[in-house]
Amino acid sequence: MGFFLEVLVGGLLAGVMYTMVALGFVLIYKASGVFNIAQGAMVLFAALTFVTLLEHGVAFVAALVASLAVMLALAVAIERLVLRHLVNAPPMALFLATLGISFILEGTAQLAYGTQVHGLELGVSDAPIAGLPIAISRFDVFAAVVAGALVAALGVFFRTTRAGVGLRAIADDPLAAVAVGLDVPRLWTIAWGGAGVVALVAGLLWGARVGVQFSLSLVVLKALPVLVIGGFSSIGGVIASGAIVGASEKLAEVYVGSHVGGGIETWFPYAMAIGFLLLRPTGLFGRPVVARV
Amino acid sequence: MSFDATAWSASSSDVNRAAAPPATSAKGWRRLSSGPAAAKTLRAGAWLAALAVLVAAPLLVTDYVLTAILVPVLALALAGIGQNLVTGYAGQLSVGSAAFMSVGAFAAYDVHLRVPGVPLLASFAFGGLVAGLVGLLFGLPSLRIRGFSLVVSTLAAQFFFVWLFTTVGWFSNDSASGVISAPRLEVAGVDLASPAGRYWLSLGVVAPLAWTAHNLVRGRIGRSWMAVRDMEAAAAVVGVNTGRAKLSAFAVGSFYCGVAGTLWAFAYLGTLEPHGLDLDRSFQILFIVILGGLGSPAGPFMGAALVLLFPVLLDRVGGAVAGGSVDPGVLQNAEKIVFGTLVVILLVKQPAGMARLVEVAWVRLSRRRARAA
Repeated sequence: MGFFLEVLVGGLLAGVMYTMVALGFVLIYKASGVFNIAQGAMVLFAALTFVTLLEHGVAFVAALVASLAVMLALAVAIERLVLRHLVNAPPMALFLATLGISFILEGTAQLAYGTQVHGLELGVSDAPIAGLPIAISRFDVFAAVVAGALVAALGVFFRTTRAGVGLRAIADDPLAAVAVGLDVPRLWTIAWGGAGVVALVAGLLWGARVGVQFSLSLVVLKALPVLVIGGFSSIGGVIASGAIVGASEKLAEVYVGSHVGGGIETWFPYAMAIGFLLLRPTGLFGRPVVARV
Repeated sequence: MSFDATAWSASSSDVNRAAAPPATSAKGWRRLSSGPAAAKTLRAGAWLAALAVLVAAPLLVTDYVLTAILVPVLALALAGIGQNLVTGYAGQLSVGSAAFMSVGAFAAYDVHLRVPGVPLLASFAFGGLVAGLVGLLFGLPSLRIRGFSLVVSTLAAQFFFVWLFTTVGWFSNDSASGVISAPRLEVAGVDLASPAGRYWLSLGVVAPLAWTAHNLVRGRIGRSWMAVRDMEAAAAVVGVNTGRAKLSAFAVGSFYCGVAGTLWAFAYLGTLEPHGLDLDRSFQILFIVILGGLGSPAGPFMGAALVLLFPVLLDRVGGAVAGGSVDPGVLQNAEKIVFGTLVVILLVKQPAGMARLVEVAWVRLSRRRARAA
């Protein structure tokens, strides 16, 4: 039983890490209806920028501020160079454009910063917390707290601030949003900037866990099932489904994977996501979409 | 239009002389072909001439061009046609084309291995059919899910099959890490192991299939796919069976990918490891279709030629500029940046892809000629 609990809790906390990446998706999807596959590349880009600055002797806080500035500049560039020209394009075209962006970011990040693995130390140890009946890593708890704080902050942002409400209006009906005088380009830049900030936080946590390297851009793939199960437009749903995905993937690997040759972690979350979708096509917490002809 | 269409048409017609022949046949993504009888005869003549050039290609180019460029271009173009049917015509996002390719290759390998006396082409067809069935299965969620959530279904296929073929030894006859090797390439007693033979085999498979796909999309079924793509609710209202349209697109598209996989494994590489057809390959096929033109019959050929030739070109140019060989890692990243940029530029400037650019250039050219005459 102790072992089961340990796997369960380990999985739940690992799921929180997926949530961090999925949050960036939700932010952009809620704001512009764009399915941004470049979120993983943004995580990689942000983490590499930060680590490279640190390695060149920049102080921690200064590096953090500089990386934030880089991610915000990136958001402005993406809005100016790509999104602005694709207003009213079919969702498929927007998705494919973000796929292009993700290739550009991955290539640029590796050309500029090199391909080697960088270590990252955030000052939180990965050791188990003493005095608990089961082993729980201090770092995992720290990550969970950060994720919780981010979710809360985003929730407040979308509910109470002018920009947040404006973004929800754009997601609902871009044309009507323009008609009532919302500054769509500015709000989109804010959303992508926010996604950049989320990417930086996710990149730092993931980077501290597995090293800052190319595989960071692949965590986006792990975030997809989380996103689909939680519902594309629900911030709270993402944290619940992150935990579900993390826990069930670890449990499946330990209790089922050992019987079928192992390694089922690679596809199990997707199979589960399909199962969830067949039962609830809009995800656990997503809103049903009404189609108009 | 500020984008330079003529420069594009020149480069793409060089690299792929005939697979993407006369620009008149390259239609944008919402147009159905039509035209006066004279134009039709002209077009048919152009196609026949192109086919003749293609068949005679082994006499014109070196073995290297045949085996390292033309054969993989044909294989990936066929996969691109499959992707195009699903994504370009039926509007369903799929990122599992490489998985369906590997299903086709492994099914063809297994049927050839375990059933004695199966002809090569029959095993190819079997590979395609199994891939089609698998595609149908992974397309089933499209009946209930719309939009981007569907991406998890084909992603599941992508990861599942790489895992399956690596883990379960039966599929690869218990070879190390799931690597399979090509059976003897022989059709009706003729040995096709030579470079020219492998090329003719690929061409003989791809040309009729490409022609069939071209006809399919102009028929009832193709129109039902486009109706679903353009507006699903409206299609259902006017009596299109949207479920059947989506499933048939997945099945037919995956069939094409499966056959493409057998060509990729047997005619091009001669061997296949499950990881050779991973998510990156699926993205590559998606890029082929975007760059060539979603919903255009000639697009996949142009896209495949561009995607396969560009790295070679970049290597040459980079080598000439740097005076020596360029670090492959740098090259790979430069390639990523350029392809990403191309995709974004095309989506912004010309969503119908290179095929449309060529068509625009052709129309301008013939107008200029008409004015001069």
